[in-house]
Amino acid sequence: MIRVENLYKSFDGKTVLSDVSADFYSGKVNQIIGQSGSGKTVLMKSIIGLFQVDSGSILYDGRNLTDMKMRDIKLLRREVGMLFQGSALFDSLTVLQNVMFPLEMFSTMTKKEMEERAKFCLSRVNIQPVTYNLMPSEISGGMQKRVAIARAITLNPRYLFCDEPNSGLDPVTSLVIDKLIEEITEEYDITTIVNTHDMNSIMETGAHIILIEKGVKAWDGSKDDIFTSDNVSLNNFVFASDLFKLVKDSVNCKR
Amino acid sequence: MIVKAFNQIGRYSLLMRRTFTRPDNWRQFFKQLPKEMVKLGTNSIGIVVIISIFTGVIMTVQTIQNTENPLLPRYSTGLVLRDTFLLEFASTIMCLLLAGKVGSFIASEIGSMRVSEQIDAMEIMGVNSANYLILPKIVALVFFMPILVTFSIACGLIGGAGVSYFTDLITVSDFLYGIQYAYIPFYLWYSIIKSLFFGFIIASVSSFYGYYAYGGALDVGQASTHAVVNSCVLLLLSNILLTDIMLL
Ligand SMILES: Nc1ncnc2c1ncn2[C@@H]1O[C@H](COP(=O)(O)OP(=O)(O)O)[C@@H](O)[C@H]1O
Ligand SMILES: [Mg+2]
Repeated sequence: MIRVENLYKSFDGKTVLSDVSADFYSGKVNQIIGQSGSGKTVLMKSIIGLFQVDSGSILYDGRNLTDMKMRDIKLLRREVGMLFQGSALFDSLTVLQNVMFPLEMFSTMTKKEMEERAKFCLSRVNIQPVTYNLMPSEISGGMQKRVAIARAITLNPRYLFCDEPNSGLDPVTSLVIDKLIEEITEEYDITTIVNTHDMNSIMETGAHIILIEKGVKAWDGSKDDIFTSDNVSLNNFVFASDLFKLVKDSVNCKR
Repeated sequence: MIVKAFNQIGRYSLLMRRTFTRPDNWRQFFKQLPKEMVKLGTNSIGIVVIISIFTGVIMTVQTIQNTENPLLPRYSTGLVLRDTFLLEFASTIMCLLLAGKVGSFIASEIGSMRVSEQIDAMEIMGVNSANYLILPKIVALVFFMPILVTFSIACGLIGGAGVSYFTDLITVSDFLYGIQYAYIPFYLWYSIIKSLFFGFIIASVSSFYGYYAYGGALDVGQASTHAVVNSCVLLLLSNILLTDIMLL
């Protein structure tokens, strides 16, 4: 699990995160939810150490990232996989080479073993062999996301970060991606953190949810608590749309 | 303004410190290197050849036409052409042109990797992205620059020779005598040594602007403009310095 304690982060005097504390459990999809611009990405990138925080601690199963030297951070990062908002596949490499990239950098495997591992990961996310030698620009957005997931899991990460995994995808493809992330998380007992503002994925896979509002943690709980909570921030976020107001009313009527 | 400049210099030095470390994986480095040599080096040979030949031609014709003074020896045309190419054209002017071509290419390549989070993706994997992306570019360009400069000198002289052969403005023997007259081998070395520095400036400064791009496609364009302008300025400044050190 990952534990975050009293995290503060600002850019040029502008405070983006203030006093955020949270736990993220292993084998579960932990979601960070909130409006655009509320600081979700900054929180995630701070946890991984892409941004240096102003104060606070970030514990990876007890190991404090904020105390580590660059060398140790680099070692820790080999246990981390990340899925970026825009997939971030290397556009000069083919699909297969993209997934092999982390192996080529760090593993002592032979070329053949690397290829096997990469192909296994690609098949795990249901990418067909005909796609292996295409360039990222030649495949659809949903496929890019899946290839990016495959790349994130090649080194058997213990921690998986996903920044808005279904932005720009249609509802059906979104669901496929969400399910895939959930399956992989449970299958390999990974500590997964997902950033999202998409209500469908929140209701689908939010095993543990943290709501960020203007850089402050406003609520935490699970998807089952959402309809019963009377937290104002949560209600403002979740029930912004008429659809979910209706859903809430019907759920509460049944009780 | 001054604070900003110092800030930039600081960030540039930090980036270079991260760039000049031992690669995470030598095999990957040696896989990248030839690719960069093709992209930055061999792909620039065409433009160097064309520009140098034409400049050689024009310069020869102009020199002849503007020095119709019987007191000037006939070999002066070849001499002027040779020394201009050796001392300034092949290294400085050519490198300014390459700063435009190669510099914008490097900055936009790295910049687009930055804004599409590909650099973050590398960092997450524990790859030193500065080292992985920038070092091969610097090594490739520093290696290739002297080759391009040599090509440029040769092509300039060939251009001049073409004029003497195809027109009757100057005889071939006068021209050939001119380009051999009072030849100082150090000038060639001077050019080559300068080009090493210029190659480094172009590759590292352009990488710097690309690496710290922030935003979208427009910002990448802006980064590559900054890269070209600032490489050119630095190139000219260092040219003064190098000339001062080596020739005076
Ligand atoms: N590198 C940066 N430099 C300065 N400000 C930033 C940077 N990254 C994010 N911010 C600011 O932090 C705030 C939160 O952004 P972000 O975490 O991306 O929001 P979101 O919740 O949509 O992911 C925004 O106001 C943004 O302007
Ligand atoms: Mg975001």
